[in-house]
Amino acid sequence: MKLSRIALAGIIAAGVATPAMADLVFPSLSYRTGPYAPNGIPFADGYADYFTLLNERDGGVEGAEIKLLECETGYNTAKGVECYESTKGEGSLVYQPLSTGITYQLIPKATADDIPVHSMGYGRTSAANGKVFSHIFNYPGTYWDAASIIIKYILSEEGGDIKGKKIALVYHNSAYGKEPIRTLEKLAEKHGYELMLLPVDHPGQEQKATWLQVRRDNPDYVLMWGWGVMNQVAIKEAASIRYPMDHFIGVWWSASENDTIPAGAGADGYKAITFHGVGSDFPIYEDLKKHVYDAGKAAGDGSNAGFVLYNRGMVAAMWAAEAARTAMKIHGTTDLTPAMMRDGMEALNVDDARLAELGLPGFTVPVKVSCANHGGPGLGAIQQWDAKAKTWSLITDFISADREIVDALIADDSAAYAKENNITPRECN
Amino acid sequence: MFIVDPFFWEVVISGLLAGVMYSLVALGFVLIFKASGIFNFAQGVLALFAALTLVGFQTGQVPFAHLVNTIFGTNIHHWGDGLHTLIAIGFTLVVMIGLAWVIVRVVLKNLVNQEGIILFMATIGLAYVLEGLGDVMWGADVKPLDVGLPSGPSDTVIDMTGMFVEKLEISAAVVAIILVVALTIFSQYTKMGRALRAVADDHQAALSVGIALETIWWIVWSVAGLVALVAGIMWGAKSGVQFSLSLIALKALPVLMLGGFTSIPGAIIGGLIIGVGEKVFEIYFGPLLGGATENWFAYMLAMVFLLFRPQGLFGEKIIERV
Repeated sequence: MKLSRIALAGIIAAGVATPAMADLVFPSLSYRTGPYAPNGIPFADGYADYFTLLNERDGGVEGAEIKLLECETGYNTAKGVECYESTKGEGSLVYQPLSTGITYQLIPKATADDIPVHSMGYGRTSAANGKVFSHIFNYPGTYWDAASIIIKYILSEEGGDIKGKKIALVYHNSAYGKEPIRTLEKLAEKHGYELMLLPVDHPGQEQKATWLQVRRDNPDYVLMWGWGVMNQVAIKEAASIRYPMDHFIGVWWSASENDTIPAGAGADGYKAITFHGVGSDFPIYEDLKKHVYDAGKAAGDGSNAGFVLYNRGMVAAMWAAEAARTAMKIHGTTDLTPAMMRDGMEALNVDDARLAELGLPGFTVPVKVSCANHGGPGLGAIQQWDAKAKTWSLITDFISADREIVDALIADDSAAYAKENNITPRECN
Repeated sequence: MFIVDPFFWEVVISGLLAGVMYSLVALGFVLIFKASGIFNFAQGVLALFAALTLVGFQTGQVPFAHLVNTIFGTNIHHWGDGLHTLIAIGFTLVVMIGLAWVIVRVVLKNLVNQEGIILFMATIGLAYVLEGLGDVMWGADVKPLDVGLPSGPSDTVIDMTGMFVEKLEISAAVVAIILVVALTIFSQYTKMGRALRAVADDHQAALSVGIALETIWWIVWSVAGLVALVAGIMWGAKSGVQFSLSLIALKALPVLMLGGFTSIPGAIIGGLIIGVGEKVFEIYFGPLLGGATENWFAYMLAMVFLLFRPQGLFGEKIIERV
């Protein structure tokens, strides 16, 4: 009797001590506080709600429940690294830092720890070269793709000739904001436009001098690589000097409702690039309502549903879940390790048919990742703000990047990184 | 010659108006320092908190809604359509006066006659507490703020001069002038103003002649709360009310260094010099240095002034006798 009790206690103890091996741990390096919280909150909510939907509706991914580990970074690089260090031991499968600064810090660390990083549309652009950056993924597109797509769009607006035109870049004076400069310089050489560079220091609450320069030099187009309050102030200042808003185009991180609503009617016509759909007119929202919002399991108060950054958090979670599913198929187990997850990300293939199955028909671009290409298809569409209706709408189809320019830059930059860090590029396609 | 270029004068005017916006924040610092000798690190957060509260009243937001919903499983966010702007401003003022009372009773009362650095450290803590409280009470999303002030470029000024001058900034200048006049009269020509200055000179001496220290501090923090509300309205109307608003304090520091920590007119003049200086430097010399010079240039300009007048342009010269 005693022995059987001891054996039973042992079994129970073992059961308690052993972590739930089938849990899929997804850390969320969020920022719900501080100056950049208005951008961080909707993204974190979308990311969390998609995983909650999978848990509630499908019991997770292939039966493995998802566990979300949220850690507050405040969009601060040092805190982001602390979050990484404190959560990596929990079995974290993939990191989405939502900050170019944090991404730069995690590139060597995560690679050494064999944990993949998905810097979706941000971070180090040349990480698109999977031969050099084995653990870093930035699909479905990079800043350099975005810059070249915007220039392509301007070309189409100007009848294919922008020689002699003046294009200004108003950018966050940080690693993030500086990313597109090289590409825009190369494209200026190719197309013959003049590039004006106008940096704005963090946080960008005061930009009078920047917009006085825009007024003086009167560029034909203004591009913006901003984040947080910088976006709202820039849009308001542009309206104040009566700059034509349909010639003002932001990157996908300067493209949310938070950026345009404070500027009121002045923001009407402002444009931005995006890599996913706008609004909540997708079948998945019915499931979210039933299983998440109405069940009281939403991450936020539900007011962000359908907003640009909420949708972006959701699409990031969708690709993470699909990569986990792919990893399970490759390795024949639901008990994933970060290394298996990396394999799944490298073999990710979410086409139009799969998007429709997920309740997201036409929501984003088809993504097919490979060993050599971690940057995805590099497609983007232009969206435009209607201040009266307070909605974004897509005004173009998805446009491809200028691969001739972008691929050459990626090859150069990744080769330099490989040389600096003694990395032998992998032989693969 | 750029002096005769109309664009140069547009830069100067824009700089002056931006300087007024900095001065509105600096005024709050000056008031508290002048009356209590405390360098209030929390002034920027006070402006944020006031603006958040105003928008909350204006839009009918339920304070602590997220917390309430989490604890009780409810789903409440708004109690109605909100209050008229003037009533909302009145209620916000009441909140700021109440907050001043709490700050004095809970924080400052226990630190009477302590070193300035200890009081300064207390305001750092206060800044973090208020920022967290604002987040929990009203949420961290961007809130558009419209109190009916005109905005956009002034057509009259464009027609007359060709310059683009923002109407909101003209309003800020008018409000700043009214504030400075009122505060100067209050500080220099009223019995209460004299009491405030007596407290600033020496807490113990003021107590010994029968000045009620707590009451004085409550009044001065309430007035600083009013100034914070004005600054919060002006900056919030410009960029929407959001947590980066607390960082406007960083714009006030060089203004204080230049204008002096104890002078109300100094805060205005300092703001104007910093505003014009940083704009002119950024436009005409910034491109040579890669741009984005505004933040550091303001501090450099203030430091240069300090070399010649360590107490600032209008600050009181401190003479220590053995």
